[in-house]
Amino acid sequence: MTERLGQPQAGAAIAQSEIPAIELRGIGKSFGPVVANKDIDLVVGKGSIHGIIGENGAGKSTLMSILYGFYGADTGEIFISGKKAKIPDSKTAIEKGIGMVHQHFMLVDTFSVVENVMLGAEGGALLNKGIAQARKELARLADEYDMRVDPDAIVGELPVGLQQRVEILKALYRGADVLILDEPTGVLTPAEADHLFRILEVLRDQGKTVLLITHKLREIMHITDTVSVMRRGEMVATRKTAQTSMSELAELMVGRSVLLEVDKQPASPGKTLLKVEGLNVVDERGVRRVKDVSLEVKAGEILGVAGVSGNGQSQLLAALSGIIRAHTGQIEIVGHKLDLSDKHGAAVMREYGMSHVPEDRHKMGLINAFPEYENSILGYHGAQKYSKGLTLDIAAIRKEAEERIEKYDIRPPSTELQVAKFSGGNQQKIVLAREIECDPDVLLVGQPTRGVDIGAIEYIHKRIIEMRDAGKAVLLVSVELDEIRSLSDRIIVMFDGEIVGERGPEATETDLGCLMAGVRDGDQPS
Amino acid sequence: MARGQLPRWVDYVLLPALNLLAAFFVSGLVVVLIGEDPFEAVKWILYGALGYGEGIGYTLFYATNFIFTGLAVAVAFHAGLFNIGGEGQAYIGGLGIALACLALDHIVPWWVTLPFAILGGALFGAAWAFIPAWLQAKRGSHVVITTIMFNYIAANIMVYLLSNVMIPKGSMQPASRNFDVGGQLPWLRTIFPSFDLGQSPVNLALFIALIACVFVWVLIWRTKLGFEMRSLGANPTAAEYAGISPLRITIITMLISGGLAGLMGMNEVMGAQSKLLLDFTAGYGFVGIAVALMGRNHPVGIILASLLFGLLYQGGAELAFEIPSITRDMIVVIQAFVILFAGALEHLFRPAVVAFFNRFVTAKNGQETA
Repeated sequence: MTERLGQPQAGAAIAQSEIPAIELRGIGKSFGPVVANKDIDLVVGKGSIHGIIGENGAGKSTLMSILYGFYGADTGEIFISGKKAKIPDSKTAIEKGIGMVHQHFMLVDTFSVVENVMLGAEGGALLNKGIAQARKELARLADEYDMRVDPDAIVGELPVGLQQRVEILKALYRGADVLILDEPTGVLTPAEADHLFRILEVLRDQGKTVLLITHKLREIMHITDTVSVMRRGEMVATRKTAQTSMSELAELMVGRSVLLEVDKQPASPGKTLLKVEGLNVVDERGVRRVKDVSLEVKAGEILGVAGVSGNGQSQLLAALSGIIRAHTGQIEIVGHKLDLSDKHGAAVMREYGMSHVPEDRHKMGLINAFPEYENSILGYHGAQKYSKGLTLDIAAIRKEAEERIEKYDIRPPSTELQVAKFSGGNQQKIVLAREIECDPDVLLVGQPTRGVDIGAIEYIHKRIIEMRDAGKAVLLVSVELDEIRSLSDRIIVMFDGEIVGERGPEATETDLGCLMAGVRDGDQPS
Repeated sequence: MARGQLPRWVDYVLLPALNLLAAFFVSGLVVVLIGEDPFEAVKWILYGALGYGEGIGYTLFYATNFIFTGLAVAVAFHAGLFNIGGEGQAYIGGLGIALACLALDHIVPWWVTLPFAILGGALFGAAWAFIPAWLQAKRGSHVVITTIMFNYIAANIMVYLLSNVMIPKGSMQPASRNFDVGGQLPWLRTIFPSFDLGQSPVNLALFIALIACVFVWVLIWRTKLGFEMRSLGANPTAAEYAGISPLRITIITMLISGGLAGLMGMNEVMGAQSKLLLDFTAGYGFVGIAVALMGRNHPVGIILASLLFGLLYQGGAELAFEIPSITRDMIVVIQAFVILFAGALEHLFRPAVVAFFNRFVTAKNGQETA
């Protein structure tokens, strides 16, 4: 688990002293009120593999999109090989020797490899010359970098690993000196990923510079020479890979927010309300996202699920709340045993007493275009108290919404305002009010304080504790270690879809950091 | 993002008005091009549609068709579905209405036939929407494609039925036999003799259309089903989170949509013609798309947009009669401009208006903080 595929080569160290391949100074980018990149400095040495690691939404992809010319930066400067550069579009980026391999391949499935490689660089109205040249060049690249692909194979029929190779060849064909790979292993099998890493090493040894974007710690440790950590739009640290460890990186990624004081008595757990056994979730691409997860949440306790985001927590929540169907396994909720053949869906789960504050309130928890009062019944709109004969009892719904606005101090206190126009904290309160006031037995909570101001965080935490004290079973998924530690009575850590360990709330950050990096109990931390 | 950024009156009044003005402006240029006076043309359109009783009657008559098909498109749109099959659903719905009338017209008075005809139209229209709906929900075949295909299938089935099955013996016209009084909706000029509606065929279906508007309003904004439809249309992920079955809502929505389109035959078949005619839908199903777009998928907006299109249809006919160099085809061109600007180019002026309002609003806020 801790061995490396290859030690950084000596050549890489020498390259560091030269003019950097890429230098970013003070890059900033906002989308409306959302700051995606804030004052970012980054130096990427020539002939090195430089990793950029951070959670989903940390701003990695935005930064790379700026470098590749998809977005213009609001502030800051870009230097390529020491020369100041303006990159208004990806065409310019390619001209300046930057190539990008996207997470989702930009290939035409029905075209052959050679056609894909020359796409956009056909060199004239007639194709024969371009094809001949692309063929020759492909053969040369295959020799030089040991990347063999049948030039006449149809891309759609190739395995994913080879499709990715075509993407890399495409970038090299256009003369890329700097290669950006965005989450390249997300779609690969472990064997394919190893192969990719070997290719990247060859590329580096031939003098190319590789920028590897990922949220997977192990890859960073395996393959990079230098690693930069991003968190919430900021570049928080840059380390020589040889001089850091997975647990340090995990801590840097997740970060230490202000330690929040949560007033809480010891838990007095009652009977088990939620029991999960051998749950497996397979996504539409056929990747197993949740692997043999078993857990139990008792009445009157909060079970925290820690982990770097993207390790199966979202799929676990979706399966438990009935939004997606698990592949195998059994869920028992308040005495109702559900297996895969049972009637399914979020409505069924709610009926059994489960409510769910989803991780992403914009995509899932709210309908932004609807007014506040309509959002306050989403998921419970079928309840008897909201209906009057054949129609909805709008007056009753508004009245209840007003009471909740008062009780949860939702501002502005308007039932008619579109939900999109509330601040993040108030939006979250709208969701929380809805999911708590229905008086569930089991409460699933995902990232309850993401993008929420300090005042609201405290309030939300208090409410979650109150639910526990009222004898509810609470399952809390969060990437904020402090939140997990201060709220949970027990903590389980997920890594790569599996539960890798369980701890009490007194567990240290380093301990949890190791687990989050996939170092199981018994393993030595790397 | 588009809607919601602007004050409501801008969204619902100013923008449609701008689109309409642009359409009229370009149409005016076309009239100038063929050497006529555009103001004269406008005068004749307005006079033809609103200047005298019979014109008003015809305007209302056409508007009735557009209300049905416009509602059909709007209902589907609220659930995020684009039902382009109003034409075919209306056509097949007309068959259902005709069957009810043919079965009952010589036994019972019209008001007994009426509920059966409504049921027949709605059921047949809904049935014609069901297969595309099912294919969309279960198999992911896009309704835009399948409903268009079903328009053609409907047209050809009707040609076959009217020229081979329903045609009375000895007749040369591909149409059903005339309905007896028991299969005819009363015309408004007989119900309200004091209003001068001339010989116009505007009939009781107008009121059925208005009732349908109320029904749609209640359905969309006041029922659980409507809430689920709008949730699915506005945010499918949130709808699934809320336990709403996309499959079920897709199918139900399309059934309602098809049923509304199917009712168009109440106006044409049971109202105006008293028989089932070849091509009685005459493109009204397609115009319904423009009507729904222009009416912002709201029943009140749809009534207004229907009146506008009714006015253009009737006024256009008058114009072609009064100024012979502006032929019937020119009228279709003008109507097409309205559809183009109001429907297809709906977002033409939006960015400019949004920019204007943003500057205006920021400037005002700046003054307040200063």
